[in-house]
Amino acid sequence: MPARPLAFVNTRLVDPASGYDGPGAVLVADGVVAEVAKGSGLGALSPDVEVVDAAGAALLPGLVDIRVKTGEPGAEPKETLKSAGLAAARGGVTSIVVQPDTHPVADDPAVVDFILRRARGIQLVHVYAAGAATKGTEGERMAEIGLMREAGCVYVTDADRPIANSKVFQRVLSYAKAFGVPVAHRPADPWLSKGAAATTGEFAARLGLPGVPAIAEKIMLERDLALAEATGASLIVDQITTAAALESFRRARDKGLPVVATTSINHLSFNEIDIGDYRTFCKLDPPLRHEDDRQAVIEAVAAGLIPIVVSAHAPAPAEDKRLPYDEAVPGAVGLETLLPALLAFHHEGRIALVDLIRAVTTAPAELLGLPAGRIVQGGPADLVLCDLDAPIVIDADKLVSKSKNSPFDGRRLQGKVLRTLVEGRTVYAV
Amino acid sequence: MSAAPTGLNEVLGRTFPFPKRHFLSVLDLNEVEVAGLLDLADGFVSLNRQTSKKLDLLKGRTLMNLFFENSTRTQSSFELAGKRLGADVVNMSPRSSSISKGETLIDTAVTLNAMQPDLLVVRHASSGAASLLSQKVTCSVINAGDGQHEHPTQALLDALSMRRAFGYLAGLKVAICGDVLHSRVARSNVGMLQMLGAHVRLVGPPTLMPAQADRWGVEVFHHMREGIAGCDVVMMLRLQLERMDGVMAPSQREYFRYYGLDREKLARAAPHVRVMHPGPMNRGVEIDSDVADDLSVSLIQDQVEMGVAARMAVLAALAARLEEA
Repeated sequence: MPARPLAFVNTRLVDPASGYDGPGAVLVADGVVAEVAKGSGLGALSPDVEVVDAAGAALLPGLVDIRVKTGEPGAEPKETLKSAGLAAARGGVTSIVVQPDTHPVADDPAVVDFILRRARGIQLVHVYAAGAATKGTEGERMAEIGLMREAGCVYVTDADRPIANSKVFQRVLSYAKAFGVPVAHRPADPWLSKGAAATTGEFAARLGLPGVPAIAEKIMLERDLALAEATGASLIVDQITTAAALESFRRARDKGLPVVATTSINHLSFNEIDIGDYRTFCKLDPPLRHEDDRQAVIEAVAAGLIPIVVSAHAPAPAEDKRLPYDEAVPGAVGLETLLPALLAFHHEGRIALVDLIRAVTTAPAELLGLPAGRIVQGGPADLVLCDLDAPIVIDADKLVSKSKNSPFDGRRLQGKVLRTLVEGRTVYAV
Repeated sequence: MSAAPTGLNEVLGRTFPFPKRHFLSVLDLNEVEVAGLLDLADGFVSLNRQTSKKLDLLKGRTLMNLFFENSTRTQSSFELAGKRLGADVVNMSPRSSSISKGETLIDTAVTLNAMQPDLLVVRHASSGAASLLSQKVTCSVINAGDGQHEHPTQALLDALSMRRAFGYLAGLKVAICGDVLHSRVARSNVGMLQMLGAHVRLVGPPTLMPAQADRWGVEVFHHMREGIAGCDVVMMLRLQLERMDGVMAPSQREYFRYYGLDREKLARAAPHVRVMHPGPMNRGVEIDSDVADDLSVSLIQDQVEMGVAARMAVLAALAARLEEA
């Protein structure tokens, strides 16, 4: 569809790649950013340009979320690529990386190819695929990392399942390195984590919930960092959520290891007390932590030690959540709430806006080499127009995601997405 | 029923409409409510010892026992309590019946709720299950044990047994010993005894102690001789045998040596010490028969008797609320 050129004027332009946060305007034509005006206005516009007066609303690069689960293939009632795409568009997320733990598991090039082809047919947001690191994500035999890379996978991971066997993980790291494929790994000691529904501590003990000690994260992370150092592979630490693990990670970064960490918006926004009277929407993997841990993780994001924030979007239908706490499935949807939840730290004055936005745009895009996450002339016109100050109340029932398991249900936030563009196409508008 | 049981009117005078719809956790209760329930239960103890035990406080009411976990003792205690108060009692064991096949807890609850029970007594292996159920049904829910969380009627009957034995609760030194980690009995007792002013100690190996238990306002001991020294009450907890074979403790004999209650260890407690156990006991593992069966020391038989009375008190108070509604 050859859309008319589009000019966003009178915006607060936020472009983390250049560190710019100030007044600006952007001209979009033929799916790309044709002109960026920082501070000044655009030049003379031809009469066929559709002009959008943003009235001071923020114009951001479309968000890049590198940890998203859908139910496709295999569990479509939970979420399809299309429903996830709609949710992403509504949340201002224009690129997603889907996780390989589907049915069947994306552990060979055919499944990766299937997902990417399905997504292309939907034409909503950009969909990238992560492949499994081991066959069936069982942690025993390496998956076809090279062939999956050729099919388009951007990194490999066993998603929620840690690879317990150190020899297997060492091989995955060194093999993936040769093919230039980053490896993401969840740091969690599987034996300490077994059967756990919450983080060990006073609160879980009072509720009588089986717990995993917070150090389970540090224990596995220490191993992963040692193996990353030994192999020189590019390791993505899939969600640091505890202060203890941050210590280890900081040491590795100080040594200059090529390791990058993410954390989830949930662990930035909630602590274990939010579980309250067994609220299963707050049952997550990793489980919610102590408040000291949450504060440490926020500080790490503010300081850039954790450069990437993910939604950890994990749809689960009511029948998997409306169960006694230890039987309920962990996980929360997050695509539609990622941006407003993140903006809370801007409104609190805790983290500068441009740094917050970098963690969900430029940083993840650069890590994986995706053509996204910046507003630059000639770059793809993946953009979000957002009223940063508009108050909203999250209503889980009104999410467009097929599953409604949001711990943000009922939460009051600020930040309303007004319009989302993917390669110049409007995929969402209020 | 010929003559009305003696003292009936006095007991009836003690019933009061319970201010809450459900009985889920000791943390939902306050001191006044607990004192009221204990006084009422005390009255039922005397009535239960008479020939004619049947009352009509719950006449026309339906009590449903929903036990997802087997428990002969608690289930019959509730059944008897309901019947003595004149309720119609139905026992459901979803594990052995067809209603559980592929059904979630909530489906089961909704199904049973449609049968219009007034009181639903629930036991389930998952913490928080009773609370979840209470959000989905219209009747009163009584928690008869949810996972490792709470067993509030047990705490009530334990308090009743102690109050009858000592005449008071405030200031009593109570040691709760054994597998505290997995024990809902311990959690409910800690909450209730603290509310009533008793001093609580938790005694057990570190592997069976909840994380940060010292922050519950109790004293934590890992050596039993120290832990029970000078205590008025020693409450033993049941330890599942499969947890003892090198899992949470190295072996049965090692566990008994360091954490089993025998005469020698008991001698460290106060001279008038009383021993309690929620049952069923593993004799020779956590408690020596010699101690368990000594009626001058053991309150274990009393606990069973008090169980029926305490549950009658809870049912009567909840039903009185239904009358008012």
